[in-house]
Amino acid sequence: MSDVAASNTTKDKRMRFDIKTAGPAIALILLCIIGFLLNPAFLSEGNLTNLLTRSAFIGIIAVGATFVITAGGIDLSVGSMAAAIAGVMIIIMNSAMETLGPGMATVLLGGGCSILLGLGAGWINGVLTTKGKIEAFIVTLGTMGIYRSLVTYFADGGTLSLDFAIRGTYRPVYYGSILGLPAPVWVFIAVSICGWFLMNRTAFGRYCTAIGSNESVAKYSAIKVDRIKTMTYVIQGLCVSLATIIYVPRLGSASASTGVMWELEAIAAVIIGGTVLKGGYGRIGGTILGALILTTIGNILNFTDLISNYLNGTMQGLIIIIAVWLQRGDWGKAKATKS
Amino acid sequence: MKNLKTLSALALTTALALTAGAVSAETLKIGVSYPTPTHAWAAGMNWHAEQAEKRLEALYPDIDLILINSPDPNAQASALEDLVSVHQIDALVVLPFESEPLTDPVLNVKKSGALITVVDRGLSQPGIEDIYVAGNNPELGRVSAVYMKGRLESGDNIVVLRGIPTIIDNERFDAFMAEIEGSGINVLDHKHANWNRDDGFEVMQDFLSRFPDIDAVWAQDDDIAIGVVAALKQAGRDGDGMFVVGGAGMKETIKSIMDGDTLIPVDVLYPPSMIATAMDVTVAAFKSNGPVAGRYILGATLITPENAASFYFPDSPF
Repeated sequence: MSDVAASNTTKDKRMRFDIKTAGPAIALILLCIIGFLLNPAFLSEGNLTNLLTRSAFIGIIAVGATFVITAGGIDLSVGSMAAAIAGVMIIIMNSAMETLGPGMATVLLGGGCSILLGLGAGWINGVLTTKGKIEAFIVTLGTMGIYRSLVTYFADGGTLSLDFAIRGTYRPVYYGSILGLPAPVWVFIAVSICGWFLMNRTAFGRYCTAIGSNESVAKYSAIKVDRIKTMTYVIQGLCVSLATIIYVPRLGSASASTGVMWELEAIAAVIIGGTVLKGGYGRIGGTILGALILTTIGNILNFTDLISNYLNGTMQGLIIIIAVWLQRGDWGKAKATKS
Repeated sequence: MKNLKTLSALALTTALALTAGAVSAETLKIGVSYPTPTHAWAAGMNWHAEQAEKRLEALYPDIDLILINSPDPNAQASALEDLVSVHQIDALVVLPFESEPLTDPVLNVKKSGALITVVDRGLSQPGIEDIYVAGNNPELGRVSAVYMKGRLESGDNIVVLRGIPTIIDNERFDAFMAEIEGSGINVLDHKHANWNRDDGFEVMQDFLSRFPDIDAVWAQDDDIAIGVVAALKQAGRDGDGMFVVGGAGMKETIKSIMDGDTLIPVDVLYPPSMIATAMDVTVAAFKSNGPVAGRYILGATLITPENAASFYFPDSPF
């Protein structure tokens, strides 16, 4: 009797879990079917490559955001951070041109500086949140404004452009492809695998989840809460710098309008993917699907003139809400109890 | 007794007012107020305003131009109050942040007796400004369409990348479509690319996947055009006489037109330097023997390799 009951509950649990896990994937498949029905060219190789490449920016940033959000934090500064890092990278590479020439050395210097800046900016966010005891929302709202105005200042209100000679060397980082897949997609895959491993197979990932579920309990369990939380922001900063490294060669420029709204897109990707906004539960795989869903929506809207341009935001909003609704508790529970 | 007091007070104020008038007759103070530059076009405007200030002050030692930029409509309203109370300006050149919230503040400046010049964005109440200087958005769309009609034949296909959904974008787009109508050129679709390079790149990528045959692109704006060109080059569809028409007059675009680029062969002017025109006209109101009050609508000049040099300012940020 009790055995039957026990097996029933595990079955229920598994079913509910399956629906939750599959939510983003179902949404993405539905979107692809809609896209294909609207225009068969949607599934053309060129468009799929564009889609994956485009998802790489938000996707890589969102992998970092998954850690921050899982540990109960939030980072609103990523879009501005990307713009500021892109701006500084361009300035550094342009001025290194004279001494190092337009070769690999200059590009590597730019990339290296980008990573250092990303780690540093993430560390500042982390330390202000943990040691400074300021809410993450406020800290990153502040740094969001600071980084955004810094790039405006560096660009003198205009646009910073990378020297054309360097662009030639740097171009393959965005436009080049290995084994048929564009380079940014490979970076996205690498970041995703590392992120998944870190989240699911290491003590660090479990600490993030523990802190997000209950910070006080985590503290009493001898987890170094401040250090782990700061680390999540540093990882976020690293992800932003990687995204920036593959972003800069695309158009070779940075301005005040670079990376606008990326923070919200990254957070949306994380939540669509099944991570809980208040922390305690994070899914890297879901985040990747979430990023793909967001890019696919924009792509589909460009593929049809059925919907007024002015309603693009409405469609995006609806799909984000539906995608999250697909995987939240009640919907899954109702089904599970019926069976 | 009481009357005497009032009288003497009156006399005192009149005397003060007279001396104040005498001082301001010596140096003409002209306030110039515009939004803080946060994008390239506005940064160009800031640069041209500073250039005009240097030039005009060198030309007329008795003219003092006071440049103030403000980050939002409220700050601009306060800046206008300061220009009147602190600087006691004789004239105001203003590019309003938004029409509605700045109509009253500008009206107050007018009540102080100053000459009013409004630039680009009109106020929501007519008759306040003495001088109005603006670019011509419908004309920008029309000139672009006329160029397209000259290059393309009936049955050719174009796509349109629009700006941020605003009245400016609508004016440009509607005039463009009206001019294209009846020419037999097909506008395959139009999408908003928000006057932004990244959006221009992505929207154009999608247009290229969606439409196998595109003969030309109207990008409406130089920033969008840069994204469009990157997408065309990536897809290898930048040959076969394909061309892109932008707009505004960004220095990089004008430079490449001077160098004979075929992908962006022309540009349509919507110049940030209009602030300098407005400052010139305002100064002329005090210095010229001819009348200057009125409305100045600048042409949306087609920039070609022949005339590009006169619109090229290498030191401007835009």
